[in-house]
Amino acid sequence: MLPFLFRRLLQTIPTVLAVVLLVFVLFSVVPGSIVSSMSDDSDPQVELRMKKQLGLDDPVYVRFGAYIAKLVTGDFGTSFRTREPVATMIAKRMWPTLQLIFAAMALAVVIGVPLGFIAALKPGGIVDTLAMVVAVSGLSIAKFWLGLVLMYFFALKLGWLPSFGYGDGGLKYLILPAVTLGVSPMALFARTTRAAVLEIMTADFVRTARSKGMSETRVVKWHVMRNALVIILTTVGLQFGALMGQAVVVEKLYSWPGIGSLLVDSVLQRDIPAVQGSILVVVLAFLAINLLIDLLYGVIDPRIRYA
Amino acid sequence: MIFRIVAIVAGFGLALVASAEAQTPRKGGTIRMTAPYGSSFTSLDIHTTQRAQDEIYAKALHRSLYIWNSTEGKPVLELAKEDVVSGGGLVHTFKLRDDAYFHNGRKMTADDIIWTYNRIMDGTKAYPGARYVRVIEGAAAVEKGQAKEISGLKKIDDFTLEMKLTEKVDPGFYFWNAITSIYPADEAAKESFLQKPIGLGPFKFVEHVPGSRIVLERWDRFYKPGKPYADKIIVSVMGEAAARDVAFRNKEIDTSVLGPAQYVAYQNDADLKGTVVEVAEVFTRYMGMNPAFKPFADKRVRQAINYAIDTDLIINKLVKGKAYRATSWLPLTSPAYDKAMKPYAFDPAKAKQLLADAGYPSGFEFEWTTSQNESWGLPIVSAVIPMLDKVGIKVKVKQVETAVLAEVVRSGDYQAFIYSQASGPDPQAALKCFHSATPQPACNYMNFKNADFDKMVDEAGQADDPAKRAQLLQKANALLYEEAPVWFFNYNKAVMAVQPWLKGIQLNATELTHQNVEDLWVDETSPAK
Repeated sequence: MLPFLFRRLLQTIPTVLAVVLLVFVLFSVVPGSIVSSMSDDSDPQVELRMKKQLGLDDPVYVRFGAYIAKLVTGDFGTSFRTREPVATMIAKRMWPTLQLIFAAMALAVVIGVPLGFIAALKPGGIVDTLAMVVAVSGLSIAKFWLGLVLMYFFALKLGWLPSFGYGDGGLKYLILPAVTLGVSPMALFARTTRAAVLEIMTADFVRTARSKGMSETRVVKWHVMRNALVIILTTVGLQFGALMGQAVVVEKLYSWPGIGSLLVDSVLQRDIPAVQGSILVVVLAFLAINLLIDLLYGVIDPRIRYA
Repeated sequence: MIFRIVAIVAGFGLALVASAEAQTPRKGGTIRMTAPYGSSFTSLDIHTTQRAQDEIYAKALHRSLYIWNSTEGKPVLELAKEDVVSGGGLVHTFKLRDDAYFHNGRKMTADDIIWTYNRIMDGTKAYPGARYVRVIEGAAAVEKGQAKEISGLKKIDDFTLEMKLTEKVDPGFYFWNAITSIYPADEAAKESFLQKPIGLGPFKFVEHVPGSRIVLERWDRFYKPGKPYADKIIVSVMGEAAARDVAFRNKEIDTSVLGPAQYVAYQNDADLKGTVVEVAEVFTRYMGMNPAFKPFADKRVRQAINYAIDTDLIINKLVKGKAYRATSWLPLTSPAYDKAMKPYAFDPAKAKQLLADAGYPSGFEFEWTTSQNESWGLPIVSAVIPMLDKVGIKVKVKQVETAVLAEVVRSGDYQAFIYSQASGPDPQAALKCFHSATPQPACNYMNFKNADFDKMVDEAGQADDPAKRAQLLQKANALLYEEAPVWFFNYNKAVMAVQPWLKGIQLNATELTHQNVEDLWVDETSPAK
């Protein structure tokens, strides 16, 4: 397992480098710069001096080299806007984003997977039909709209929950953003689980198990469920990455202090170090989650080896 | 009979007392404001940012030499008690307050002001406040790295500061913004200042949750007796108008800026109508025309564009009445605004005639650079296109981000652009943007050059009599109308919903969300205790 882990970690290096290079080049060619956004009327000479101080007057390859040299020492650079270390800015925002994503994911797994299972056990039945209506609706609804509807009912009409904010980071502030973010993956998990279970139910090894006289409960528990979990786990892993992107909308809507709103503001104001740092952290988190999923494959299905 | 008279008098007296009590500011409570212009605050170092968003919290945390007085419509002394003018109007000697304490308990002195202004002039940092401090003699040399300290600032004693200016202007218009806030010289140099800023304002810093809120609590040693009234202020970042609307209706916030659609909805809602406050802000929305693009070099073409657009229709139908029709450059609240001046009429026939006279009987095509802004961006451009088409002018739209638009405008790399630009509060500074000596990247975005205009603005700058100055500026503003370097679209009508328990809101024409928070208070009906 250790060689596998080591190999996977090595594989992340080119991925990270490619992302860093892409973001760097992209922000070198798009119009607009932090210097012009800082002041309405600064003197061109002052602008030049500022560019020099920020290193923006160097060629792209020189800047990229300097950035990579800092990055390998764990230095994400200093924000052009706030003049704070980017690592500090990200650290402040990381926990709320993780809170939100894990809560949304927990909700999606806890409801979506059983729903898909139940639907698949009686395909075409009333439960299946209802579950799929819920799933298709969940996938189709725009997060922004859903968030507003939830706010309207649960904050304004019922008065059960606050409509926005982080408060003390407690559960009552987390519920609405997490539900808004979690509905779409919940629907996806329900559909994926249903499809996976239906496929496995017709597999040879399931038929064999039944023909050996195994009870339906044991067939589902030992053969169908375990095999379906590999597919579900893959979907969950991919959804983590997608949720980090989708969290931007939810964070902005609910004034949630996550990394998404940091990224949006940094992009709009051309705060390149903050953009690069934020994207890098999102990529690293995505890679870490997927590595964890790969490791879990072996636990769920011992036939999968870390060869 | 006597009993009845006594009863009436007593009743009247009681009513007066009750009324007085209702208006007596209540101590305590929490004010919950919103910051609607983005998804975070830029920085806790207010010198680095000129975004309206950041100034909302800065008004509570910091103080500048002057402060904006919304009632008088002008800046007034804040950190000084007296300003003695000498040297032909160029030398100002300020008697500073000796009762202003920073939030670390140290008394402010002249050294702090000198240190602050020197910091702002650090040319390598491009602090936006440099545009104002530059008016002090020797400040530009510090900015260019030719001097270490501003020569025009002299400490007479701890509480007396002499300031020598490069031109005869009212320093109030230069030193009231939060971007020139006075910092404590010793503390502000430390790294920790960025995390926990210290100011002179009525509220001290408690907490910043990036992307969510800033919390401040009452500074008991604030120099205005009995103020501030509230115990605490929470400024929540709420960039989404729809989310603000729900939160306001749910009584979770005390203020909410309204966009055009919400403005109409609130006006039509009996429960919310009374919460709406509005003011004509000192921002002019316009389409700038580049004189280097041949058709726009001709005044008749620029005038034709003003005649060809049904501006009132756009303001009423698209902007939902949340704007005031612009006549020329200076806005309604400007002391030099000419009430007698009439805006360009909607007259397509005249527009066609002017185009024909200018040699464009079949019209021409131009590229219009715009952002997506709902009040002065793509929706407006889309509405104007068919109007211009009717007089033969074709438009090619170039859509860019707001940050990019700012760069395009300053670089002059456009044929036309649509924008919102500060046109006050100082009318002279606003009109100086059209002075030929003002470089295009500064604020002369249309690269306007007119000798008569320059003369009027220069004379206004030299005038000691405020009435004469206003008259000259009115004439200069009228000349702009005639020259039409822009399509005069509108002056922003800022609209904010304010909960009935929040009192003391000031109709600030410079930016409605910027409140002198020490004057705000909440009555006992506020849900936030």
